Amino acid sequence: MPADTAPEHAPVPTGSSPAPRPGAAGHEDAAHEDAGHEDAGSALGPRTLAARQALRDVPHVPGAPKPDPVVVADGVVRRFGGLTAVDVQHLEIQRGAITALIGPNGAGKTTLFNLLTGFDRPDEGSWTFEGRSLSRVPAHRVARRGMVRTFQLTKALSRLTVIENMRLGATGQVGERLGTAMLGRLWRGQEESNTRRADELLRRFKLDAKREDFAGSLSGGQRKLLEMARALMTEPRMVMLDEPMAGVNPALTQSLLGHVKDLREQGMSVLFVEHDMDMVRDISDWVVVMAQGSVVAEGPPDAVMADPAVIDAYLGGHHDAPLTEDDEQEQLEAAEAELEAEHDREVGR
Amino acid sequence: MDWSQILTNAARSLIGLETVIYALAAIGLNVQFGYAGLLNFGQAAFVAVGAYGIAVTVFVLGLPLWLGLVVGLAGAVLLAVLLGVPTLRLRADYLAIATIAAAEIVRLSVRSATLRDVTGGSSGLSRFSEDFYALNPFPSGTYGFGPWRFSERLTWILVVGWVLVALCCLVVWLLMRSPWGRVLKGIREDEDAVRSLGKNVYAYKMQALVIGGVIGALAGFVFALGRASVQPDLYGTELTFFIYTVLLLGGAARVLGPVVGAAIFWVVLSLTDNVLSQAVGAGYVPDFLLTSTQVGQVRFMLVGLALMLLMIFRPQGIFGDRRELALDAR
Repeated sequence: MPADTAPEHAPVPTGSSPAPRPGAAGHEDAAHEDAGHEDAGSALGPRTLAARQALRDVPHVPGAPKPDPVVVADGVVRRFGGLTAVDVQHLEIQRGAITALIGPNGAGKTTLFNLLTGFDRPDEGSWTFEGRSLSRVPAHRVARRGMVRTFQLTKALSRLTVIENMRLGATGQVGERLGTAMLGRLWRGQEESNTRRADELLRRFKLDAKREDFAGSLSGGQRKLLEMARALMTEPRMVMLDEPMAGVNPALTQSLLGHVKDLREQGMSVLFVEHDMDMVRDISDWVVVMAQGSVVAEGPPDAVMADPAVIDAYLGGHHDAPLTEDDEQEQLEAAEAELEAEHDREVGR
Repeated sequence: MDWSQILTNAARSLIGLETVIYALAAIGLNVQFGYAGLLNFGQAAFVAVGAYGIAVTVFVLGLPLWLGLVVGLAGAVLLAVLLGVPTLRLRADYLAIATIAAAEIVRLSVRSATLRDVTGGSSGLSRFSEDFYALNPFPSGTYGFGPWRFSERLTWILVVGWVLVALCCLVVWLLMRSPWGRVLKGIREDEDAVRSLGKNVYAYKMQALVIGGVIGALAGFVFALGRASVQPDLYGTELTFFIYTVLLLGGAARVLGPVVGAAIFWVVLSLTDNVLSQAVGAGYVPDFLLTSTQVGQVRFMLVGLALMLLMIFRPQGIFGDRRELALDAR
């Protein structure tokens, strides 16, 4: 498809101009045409095409500038004692796209997540969300600004019912202020409209049958769905999903995938951490690879997965090349030298 | 054995002064521990602050009663904020450590010899409650029926106390069915989840700590005025643990749990005390097993035993919802 036809499909926001942002308006539409998405499967919606189009000319290098970044991070460093868990020089996340954050265990993905969402404080660095700095902004204010997250270990509040979990997600509730909490007539109207919105989301996530059940009685996958639905109650513009597929029954995987794609069609930006490469390939527009705390590669899924730097990061280098005897000898020596060095260090201590 | 005496005493404990005091203190603790999950092990300090707020203001400073009430309430708010600011951002156990220490600091300070002129040292203060009893609308005489016949002074403080209990229950009920209460229950379970939804968890925990502390101070008012004296050693850590017992007996996170818990606690104490001492007195219990001076201790052992049995067979308390509790096992 020629590049110049893209703007006709959807307004591709460029630069930092406040182009018609697909926020609130898109929300309603998508709720109505929901069934269509679920069946559509691999058919790409207009916003998906727009996102892919926008990212087409972005160079495949770590820290590549994006045409319309929603998050920009600079020099974010987090150390735990002597260990540098995260050291990200520059990172931009494209607005309206699904960006995957992948990397081997201990690469610092979740730590970066915690930093970006205010659940942890970096030692150095700054980052912005929609052009406003988020440095030293506490987690609850990050959420109020429209960047909402989920957790690797699902945090459904198991002793509240499903519908109460959902109601808790709504922001700006009058009844949540101590001064007005006791006066039911001041917040009952708002509560009703929140409940309607919650019920709509529950229907979309097929949890409406569980409405009155305690969240603790749901299955692992249903809890993931509930957590995502609850996060949507905050009306976010960016959704951060930490391993949305972990521990989910395969039967629910497709439905969860569909919901994540839905977020993009509703105009939200998505950043997610995931180990399941099939899922990453299936839904992401852009992939950021982390290893040992820093970003080592970026690009569209197919390009990234073919990138030797990425394969190295995951498998420790040259995993698939047949080893010659010389290579083997070399590796053996290297390993021995390493062991020796380690031994010396131990002794030296 | 005089069973009618035993039963009369038990019936009086059902609505007696101690029941009111413990019910109020436990309602406060219920807001903190039951709903918000805050491990406040210093509820006795809040009760003491209320009691001494009145006693010092009225007796030592010679100011009017209402000012004493204001001082007691302000003191409770101040104590809650002082305890909350450094600990509420940390893990739950820090609050427990800080509050148990703070409660001892409060008790040891008011009983110290240095402050004898202000707080009366270890003997405490008295003669500050006359303003309160001057307001008594009941002319002298006996009021009530059956076993519940009380002097006009006791009737007055009991009426005030039970009105306070009713008001506090109403406030807790109104708060906990509101979205505010929902946030609190969410925090009790997982504060990060609530934080991720844009709620200022720290502020909610502080509000819960202050509200619970203020209700604790109300218990202190009733304690001080009902006994017409304050003594530092009545506000030791065991008071806090009895308040926890009351709360767990009735069922935490239930509006009427603390009230029912307090009534049961004092009825059981009264029954065991009276039955045991009468049995010892009548010679049913041989001397080598139990003497009359040991009865006081033994009844608390029995309460401990009852609490253990309760935790094993009905961990949710009298009113708790077993379903809610069972889900925790996951």
